[in-house]
Amino acid sequence: MSGFDKVVNTYAEALDGLQDGMTIIAGGFGLCGIPEGCIARIREMGVRDLTIISNNCGVDDFGLGLLLEGRQIKKMVSSYVGENAIFEQQFLDGELEVELTPQGTLAEKMRAGGAGIPAFYTATGYGTPVGEGKEVREFNGRNYILEEAVTGDFAIVKGWKADRYGNVIYRHTAQNFNPMAATAGRITVVEVEEIVEPGKLEPGTIHTPGIYVNRLIQGEFEKRIEQRTLTE
Amino acid sequence: MALSRQQMAMRVARELRDGYYVNLGIGIPTLVANYVPEGMEVMLQSENGLLGMGPFPTEEQLDADMINAGKQTVTAITGASIFSSAESFAMIRGGHVDLTVLGAFEVDVQGNIASWMIPGKLVKGMGGAMDLVAGADNIIVTMTHASKSGASKLLPECTLPLTGAGCIHKVVTDLAYVEINDGKFWLKERAPGVSVDEIVSKTAGEMVVPEVVGEMGF
Repeated sequence: MSGFDKVVNTYAEALDGLQDGMTIIAGGFGLCGIPEGCIARIREMGVRDLTIISNNCGVDDFGLGLLLEGRQIKKMVSSYVGENAIFEQQFLDGELEVELTPQGTLAEKMRAGGAGIPAFYTATGYGTPVGEGKEVREFNGRNYILEEAVTGDFAIVKGWKADRYGNVIYRHTAQNFNPMAATAGRITVVEVEEIVEPGKLEPGTIHTPGIYVNRLIQGEFEKRIEQRTLTE
Repeated sequence: MALSRQQMAMRVARELRDGYYVNLGIGIPTLVANYVPEGMEVMLQSENGLLGMGPFPTEEQLDADMINAGKQTVTAITGASIFSSAESFAMIRGGHVDLTVLGAFEVDVQGNIASWMIPGKLVKGMGGAMDLVAGADNIIVTMTHASKSGASKLLPECTLPLTGAGCIHKVVTDLAYVEINDGKFWLKERAPGVSVDEIVSKTAGEMVVPEVVGEMGF
């Protein structure tokens, strides 16, 4: 690596420094746009007691579900979980802590974390279990709760194309949480389907500017479909 | 007779207006997309980051990178846009979506809604429901009027943990169309062939019943 070149050649380099007890922010929605290679490498590394901030937690044998299988997750911060039996079992056994967070609040927590905003007020969750114990403030006659931003020791992100400088473009709805996750990691690792030379991507179409990206790797993706639904 | 799921969706569809951006929840709300009146254009928002959701794909169109908030494979219509989750919830929270339709377990006379958590059962999460009810001015709840055992879902006060407080004003059930204002339910329409007495008997919260309650049209 030199200058702005963010490319690494192995997932071992991409996740170098990841240790037990760290917090990881992961992009993806269900199994769509998930950093498959990073997850596989984390499984292989065997690091434990991880806090994972991600909208979902994969399925039994794919996505973040692989880290559940390895008993590597201590805590999940998600809006919707439990698509898998291992998750349910570990949660019921008390091995796994879960902090359910409204989807929009979760996205904004990541965005704020990456943007240097420590907390924000939102009406989402006021008067519900989510608002319990949180500061309430009234603006223009309406009540809002204070939600704190999140950041990660690592962020793991799935993009479509990137140039060597780490300018990333996402494809279709595989974008989802990835752009916010990319901003919120102390070390942000992006895996993409194709790496091109700087200048090949139109500057105005970049979703994630390279300034947020520390390590970039070209991966191979299974892209498993969770709910294959066809027109009748 | 109580309305079918399709008929409930048809009644909700009457609330659509040309040029509306609409978010439809899972279940009965999803069916509303089948009853958009001829000649009317609405654009469906899917909170994972798609405005202009189209039908399910053909085998040839199938694309793992193209899903809706229910994680089903979908297509995008001409004129669609795709964006991040933060952008998606900015448009939801910021009140830019014209109509939100979602299901519920319970609503009450204060406009509270409970739709995501039954204590003692495994809780999977609220997904985007709390953001949707907090952000939208125009929300329609669709649900059966009473549970299978006959217990009313229109209550003086929700018994389950809330999804949102004071945010619901319109409810389409299998028996009636009800509005919520000033701490009361207001019976507006009844399903064809359903008596006012039946609706009243299955509504636990205080309900204002006008002298004449018209039948629902579709």
